[in-house]
Amino acid sequence: MNKLKTIDRSVRRNFLTYAIVIVAYVLLQLLSSARGFSPTLRGQLVPICAYVVMALSLNLTVGILGELSLGHAGFMSVGAFSGAIAASALQAAVPSPGARLAIAMLIGAIFAGIVGTIISVPVLRLNGDYLAIVTLAFGQIIKSLIENLYVGVDDAGLHFSFLKPSITLAQGGRMILNGPMGIPNITKISTFLAGFILILITLVIIFNLVRSRAGRAIMALRDNRIAAESVGINVTKYKMMAFVTSAALAGAAGALFALGQNTIVAAKFDFNTSILILVFVVLGGLGNMLGSIIAAAALTILPEALRGFADYRMLIYAIVLILVMLGTNSPQLKAMLQKLLPGKKREEV
Amino acid sequence: MMTFLTHLINGISLGSVYAIIALGYTMVYGIAKMLNFAHGDVIMVGAYVCFFAVSSYHLPPVLGVVIAMLLCTALGMLIERLAYKPLRQAASLAVLITAIGVSYFLQNGAQLLWGSNNKMFPDILPGDGIALFGGELHISVATIVTILACIIIMLALTWFTGNTRMGKAMRAVSEDKGAAQLMGINVNTTISVTFAIGSALAAIAGVLYMSSYPILVPTTGSMPGIKAFTAAVFGGIGSIPGALLGGVLLGVIEIFAGAYISTQLANAIVFLVLIIVLLVKPTGLLGKKIREKV
Repeated sequence: MNKLKTIDRSVRRNFLTYAIVIVAYVLLQLLSSARGFSPTLRGQLVPICAYVVMALSLNLTVGILGELSLGHAGFMSVGAFSGAIAASALQAAVPSPGARLAIAMLIGAIFAGIVGTIISVPVLRLNGDYLAIVTLAFGQIIKSLIENLYVGVDDAGLHFSFLKPSITLAQGGRMILNGPMGIPNITKISTFLAGFILILITLVIIFNLVRSRAGRAIMALRDNRIAAESVGINVTKYKMMAFVTSAALAGAAGALFALGQNTIVAAKFDFNTSILILVFVVLGGLGNMLGSIIAAAALTILPEALRGFADYRMLIYAIVLILVMLGTNSPQLKAMLQKLLPGKKREEV
Repeated sequence: MMTFLTHLINGISLGSVYAIIALGYTMVYGIAKMLNFAHGDVIMVGAYVCFFAVSSYHLPPVLGVVIAMLLCTALGMLIERLAYKPLRQAASLAVLITAIGVSYFLQNGAQLLWGSNNKMFPDILPGDGIALFGGELHISVATIVTILACIIIMLALTWFTGNTRMGKAMRAVSEDKGAAQLMGINVNTTISVTFAIGSALAAIAGVLYMSSYPILVPTTGSMPGIKAFTAAVFGGIGSIPGALLGGVLLGVIEIFAGAYISTQLANAIVFLVLIIVLLVKPTGLLGKKIREKV
């Protein structure tokens, strides 16, 4: 028992995060099998897992590395499309859906990681708001490129075409990606269990990275770049490490998301999606992984839960968002809240 | 040659709209150091107000624009007072998320009030325009008005920030908030006026944008908003001539890329050029170099 006490706070916190995720999974799985969920809510389980991983990976860039990224959905898009194409092409070669999903997520992560590496070269030369705008620009470019990409498959393998759907396929071949029409008729192979495992893997990767020598270097860069540089920390290397890890995780989340949908189109992963994920991260707390998980899950369910308000739900969502930001950041409102809460008042006296 | 000139003029016209919107971004950024993502949606509100004034109440278009400007000014100041002012000391990311919340609010509010179906913006600038070179080069009235409006607004703003008390106060606040306050400048009023000007310009830009691209939906403002924001960064955010330069260049690049390279890739090319410019000049074309202090 004493041993537990001596473990430092951040480790205890990490264990708490793992524990909460596992308990939440078991509870949701029980509720789901006991038919305690409406079909729409059950359909949300896989997207929630994907968004949780997206939020966790963006938190690595924004919270741990301290750089604002407005194009995170671009990596999700790369992962979603490469993963879905891989799953579709491997349909015959890998019959087991679980194995196919794992391969698709891995391929999604690799492609997103490659794109992240390419992007990080120009991105990491910039700072602050300029870096943010370049990530926004990359998100838009990725969207435009995928919207003009056509992919078909036949016995000879994959065929690609850009801008024009001019692919001639051998007999028995079929188109997978149809430019702006996206990928139709996806075989849904993502499961809640797979999403849960991906969340756990993401947590393991992020917690281990943060608690390593590299993680401390990354956080030193966030806190004071000049000081970190002057003690010999390689700025580009560590920034890139965080950025590419974040991109690869987003790619895996994208593949998970895509393979749980009937159809995906490139327009789905636009600026608004990037912003949505950023909202999860900021509401959950920068650098706080448990916060990201809760915020992503809660805010994905919130529009569903507000369905009773029909047309007003997105308006209420916006108001809730503004009020939460004001409530947690405005000094006047904080003082007012403290007066309202009797417990806090006594503390002041 | 004539098609080249036509594309060039169209590009300058589109760029003028971007420049007017970019002014709102750049002035607010210069003074409040915040990215006001709700600015694009103020454009949309301005366009809707003018639409209803002209097509439902049959007011003359000029009056419609004035009403849109007044309402947008009030809206901009209200947003600033309610959502941004309490966060003046907060982290910039908190303000950014609040601005996004305001943007969602405006878009969904507009959808509730006015419906999500397309509205065709009336042609408020009719007429044949001018035909040059024996009718080979045709310039529409909307194009002429847009470019003229942009030039007038630029000149007026340059005069305003250079010569009036309020304009000087704005420059002082953007330079150093604390020192400006010590000199007796009311920082809150100055910021509020900046939002008012930016929002009034957004209303004008909304109407001008609509006279070239007349389909009005609640999300109309977001794409020109993002483009104008890009234009502001392109020219050097915080700089008024930079917003003009960035806006016009962005418009011209967009039209040329669409005409000569590929329509589908026009947006991608615009953003690619932005990235290249930022790599060569990390603070934009006319941005001030920020020296890092240790």
